[in-house]
Amino acid sequence: MPVALPQFKPYRPQMPAINKKNTMSNTLNHEAAESLPAGDVVSAHRPSIEQLAGPTPFPGTVHQAPGGNFLVSKMDEVINWARSNSLWPLTFGTSCCAIEMMSAYSAKYDWSRFGFEVARATPRQADVIIIAGTIVNKMAPVLKRLYDQMADPKYVVAMGACATSGGPFFYNTYSVVKGADHVIPVDVYIAGCPPRPEALIHALMALQVKIKAGMTREQIRDEMKAPPQPE
Amino acid sequence: MYRETEVLQSVPGTDEMVINVGPQHPSTHGVLHLVLTIDGEKVKKVEPHLGYIHRSIEKMCESLTYRQFIYTTSRMDYLAAHINNHACAMCVEKGLQLKVPQRAQYIRVIMDELTRIASHCLWWGSVAMDCGAVTPFFLAFREREMINTIMEETCGARLTMNYMVPGGVMADIHPNFQRSVKDFIAHFKTKIDEYDELVTGNIIFESRLKKVGMLSKEDAISYGCTGPTARGSGVHCDVRKLYPYEVYDKVQFNEILQTGCDSYARYLVRLAELRESMSIIDQLIDNIPEGDFQAKTKAVLKLPKGEFYSRVETPRGELGVYIVSEGGTTPYRIKFRSPGFSNLSALDHMTRGQKIGDLVAIMGTLDLVIPDIDR
Amino acid sequence: MTREELQQLIATQFAGCSFEEGTEWLTVDISADSWKTGAQWLRQHNDLLFDFLFCLTCVDWKTHLTMVYHLTSTTYRHTLVVKCKLNREKPEIETVSDIWRTAEFHEREVYELFGVIFLNHPDLRKLILPDEWEGYPLRKDYEDPINMIKL
Repeated sequence: MPVALPQFKPYRPQMPAINKKNTMSNTLNHEAAESLPAGDVVSAHRPSIEQLAGPTPFPGTVHQAPGGNFLVSKMDEVINWARSNSLWPLTFGTSCCAIEMMSAYSAKYDWSRFGFEVARATPRQADVIIIAGTIVNKMAPVLKRLYDQMADPKYVVAMGACATSGGPFFYNTYSVVKGADHVIPVDVYIAGCPPRPEALIHALMALQVKIKAGMTREQIRDEMKAPPQPE
Repeated sequence: MYRETEVLQSVPGTDEMVINVGPQHPSTHGVLHLVLTIDGEKVKKVEPHLGYIHRSIEKMCESLTYRQFIYTTSRMDYLAAHINNHACAMCVEKGLQLKVPQRAQYIRVIMDELTRIASHCLWWGSVAMDCGAVTPFFLAFREREMINTIMEETCGARLTMNYMVPGGVMADIHPNFQRSVKDFIAHFKTKIDEYDELVTGNIIFESRLKKVGMLSKEDAISYGCTGPTARGSGVHCDVRKLYPYEVYDKVQFNEILQTGCDSYARYLVRLAELRESMSIIDQLIDNIPEGDFQAKTKAVLKLPKGEFYSRVETPRGELGVYIVSEGGTTPYRIKFRSPGFSNLSALDHMTRGQKIGDLVAIMGTLDLVIPDIDR
Repeated sequence: MTREELQQLIATQFAGCSFEEGTEWLTVDISADSWKTGAQWLRQHNDLLFDFLFCLTCVDWKTHLTMVYHLTSTTYRHTLVVKCKLNREKPEIETVSDIWRTAEFHEREVYELFGVIFLNHPDLRKLILPDEWEGYPLRKDYEDPINMIKL
């Protein structure tokens, strides 16, 4: 019998109710950032996605005090802010999308403006794995092994039609895995064949928003293991 | 799962080891898994394990029509997408005995040569990066971006443009096309001298590539190597000269041959081919004749019963498309004779006795694109 | 050499061969037993010198398999296509990887995709499919309900 794929049901997190005006496509506007509550004490709830839209400053609020100002923040938010601004991708490109990933790496579309400069070759030191290219049956165990070798916290971006769903090789192929999320859990999907480098950068920015909102799979999994104590 | 190398064993007590390079490795140009048997630093045997990007394209094409299967070849050798599509379109035209209008032929050749320049630019950037220099990578991509913008204006896509159809090209060229291409050629002419000066004469680069990876002329022919890999060993194999297609018989260009048989010779062949491509474009860009950009064909194409073979010169070598047709709307069997497959089979022969660093340099000069090998 | 001269010369070596009509290059159908000696002769004969094997493949006609070899000579620039019918139940043919080194990889690929056994091949095992793959995918009767989604 040919190799049967393990049954993996993709995990879909409960997304918060998003205001229709601030959908994912226009999260990068400045008006939403001004809706942050001013002078508030540490917020007891997670910041929502529309609050995180736009350039986010260092999280926290400044309290005036004689003799100096205090910055009060939540450790979770600071850690998420730091993690999202310094994601190190793993150099993992199997086919054509790898060339667009390299274009995003080069001078014209330059993703190092966002902190993704250091592309590591070893999974032990990488944060995000950008699956650029088709995954085939022979490569799937290799991908799983690489994902297992990455240290927590780790994120996954499925770039291109092939990694999302098998892409142009969906019908009548015996060796293609129809979507990388059959093998490892994916946080962000990018459409395109190949997607433009700007689409890749948009996806990485969406991943940054997800990390700051605490909505990536890894953060949700940790939260389910140890739910936050009610205030 | 991982193949345990049952025939190769590390020998305890000596320096002889069996190690893996890849499949995830920045210098394998894709997913190539090499199992090296080394003695200290010297390589004794290289065994390529392929198939990590085998997308069963040949089987898939048996269920796609003659217009549809062309898009799969853009993804095979994605750095030479136009040229791959061209080979498929030519094969279908051979079967239908279709004549392509002159305007379409000129446009096809100009697009092919632009693709060749883009592919060789990326090759140059990656071979320099394999030998340790990171800057040429960014310089090469800067030139590639200019070509990608030209392609995007006319064909709609940057990398996998399905612009060739049986009978011609899919759409007419953009009004800005000729001016953009002329601007690019003028800009690139100054840059290529700069790149030559930066990398080619560099003493480190020369000592990494000279006398490394010797491939004699008889071995090159026996292993079926084509393209710059064989031309670096002195084999006349340029398809554009031997079996001219489209307007290649009307333009003046040289076939670059070097007799060094080492990696440096292959490097020099590709650099010189960049200049030749520019001269071909120069000769054609101002003389594009008016006319149709696509011959009239039926909506549903059916090739007559028989076999058809067409070949083109990609930046890697000779790509052959072999269609066996039974008279239906889909091919009965398609075989893509990929240049990288034969070039890779010579890797073991070239690397015996060299060091691991030389292996990386040799793979760089072979210019392998693994999806082209695995299909 | 012209097509007719080639045809006459080749007919002398391969007994019982037949030539196809209306093809682009001279195409000769031979039997599997005469392939090994015939290949040596094609490679070494002074007027032929077919030293460049540029395409090696197999086609599955539902009753039998056919091996197809495309040869050309770098000195004389003539091209020849050799075809060889094989039995579907027991497809075996001699290897030519000692004559043309490129055949080594090509024959491994044909072995795993079609199931043709190449006798005396130095290293006949799977090249591009995973090791535990069963079945020969490019055959026309290959069924794979798990992986293949039919359009």
